[in-house]
Amino acid sequence: MQLFNDFPSLLLATFFDILPIAVIIFGFQFLVIRKRVKNLKKVLMGMFYVLIGITFFLLGLEEALFPIGRSMASQLTNPEFLQTVRISIGELQWQDYYWVYIFAFAVGAGTTIAEPALIAVAMKANEVSGGAIGVFGLRAAVALGVAVGLALGTYRIVIGAPMHYFIISGYVIVVIQTFFSPRLIVPLAYDSGGVTTSTVTVPLVAALGLGLAETVPGRSPLIDGFGLIAFASLCPMISVMAYAQLSEFKDARASKKRLKTDEYYSKKNKLNGSDDDTSD
Amino acid sequence: MKRSLQLFLSSLFGSLRDLLPIVLVIAFFQLFVLDQTPDNLLQIFIGLVFVVLGLTFFIFGLEQGLFPIGESMAHAFATKGSAFWLLIFAFALGFGTTVAEPALIAVADEASKVAAEAGLIEINDQAMNSYAKGLRYTVAFSVGVAITLGVLRILMNWPIHFMIMIGYVMVIVMTGFAPDEIIGIAYDSGGVTTSTITVPLVTALGIGLASSISGRNPMVDGFGLIAFASLLPIVFVLAYGMII
Repeated sequence: MQLFNDFPSLLLATFFDILPIAVIIFGFQFLVIRKRVKNLKKVLMGMFYVLIGITFFLLGLEEALFPIGRSMASQLTNPEFLQTVRISIGELQWQDYYWVYIFAFAVGAGTTIAEPALIAVAMKANEVSGGAIGVFGLRAAVALGVAVGLALGTYRIVIGAPMHYFIISGYVIVVIQTFFSPRLIVPLAYDSGGVTTSTVTVPLVAALGLGLAETVPGRSPLIDGFGLIAFASLCPMISVMAYAQLSEFKDARASKKRLKTDEYYSKKNKLNGSDDDTSD
Repeated sequence: MKRSLQLFLSSLFGSLRDLLPIVLVIAFFQLFVLDQTPDNLLQIFIGLVFVVLGLTFFIFGLEQGLFPIGESMAHAFATKGSAFWLLIFAFALGFGTTVAEPALIAVADEASKVAAEAGLIEINDQAMNSYAKGLRYTVAFSVGVAITLGVLRILMNWPIHFMIMIGYVMVIVMTGFAPDEIIGIAYDSGGVTTSTITVPLVTALGIGLASSISGRNPMVDGFGLIAFASLLPIVFVLAYGMII
């Protein structure tokens, strides 16, 4: 089987891939910190597992995730399939590819909402903001951002527009939002873009984009095939800041309202002499 | 022994959970939208098992070996007070973790295949390997620079959004001069770089640093390193595209 013939050479290549990090860690440990490594055996075993893990992962990628991404793209853009689901008449229009967008949206939302790194960050943000930023709300905001980003990215590939127009407009939105967002959320929002695209999602999404560019008539993989990941990292920044602005706005309005009702009740309480609090 | 078994199982569970949403979405589309079953089901199944196994060993190994030592080093450098060594370490950490990032290895290989098919480089293993390597080392170098800059920002207390905006302006200006073929890959490389290995180690460095300098808020100063690491690769890969 081809798979097992590739294994030794891939293992060797991976060995050289992770060599730099081993050199760095041990180099700094011996030359700068000058302490003996604690649990040296465990660290070395850990590196060996990393080596094996990456090799298996790359093999599996080649066998499963890349082919799946490509075949989903070609199946969803297959002219026969499109004929059965199309909504326009005459030549194929961009809206006839709606299943592609729905698929991209579903992949983005599904892979992001359960991402452990994101859950940890959301809990931290909730703690620091004193509860103003909800854990689930932030997760939903990021997931929605990734989903919309991927859907928009596939739309961009279908119509073949230059991607920098989209990305640059995204940047402009981010810059404007930065000035109006709560200061605490800004670095978190900037980070959320990079954090959310996990090791499994990236190859699948890359393959989906390349597959689309190969099968949609008139697109070239080199020029149109890349860019989905960029969309998936840009849109969460926008959605996270939008969510923070929204919750701040709601918070401000609620406290204003509370102030008013408090006033009302304190007046009323003065008249009645009771102190039951029903303002919430 | 029992603890490492537990750790292994939890990383197995973690990688299954990573893969599950993808499998569910794809299965749903195959059965209900496309109304087909893929013919190479066995190959895909074996491949997915490899992906799960690979991820499991990878995460397990990271948690056993790399993360504890990396985090304790990040903490040691953050609290030691030698700015020079801290910056050198920041660069090395960004570079080293990115070179080994599996998603980047995979996408760089794919990019070299596409470039070869499009006639941008020769179709042979050597040219493709050197293209993929060049791409990966460019990205890794830029992440190294990004983390160094980010650490410098925390030390000097520069506002993050001005630096990000300068980065955006650089990206926009360079897009105007870069060849069309590199733009997509360059923009993607920003998101690809920051995954499994880079994020935990870099976040540990940032938060450790922000909590050891008095008067800093880890929430504002600790985060933001990843943002640089997702932005600078775009600039550097655009430059790489202009040079080759």
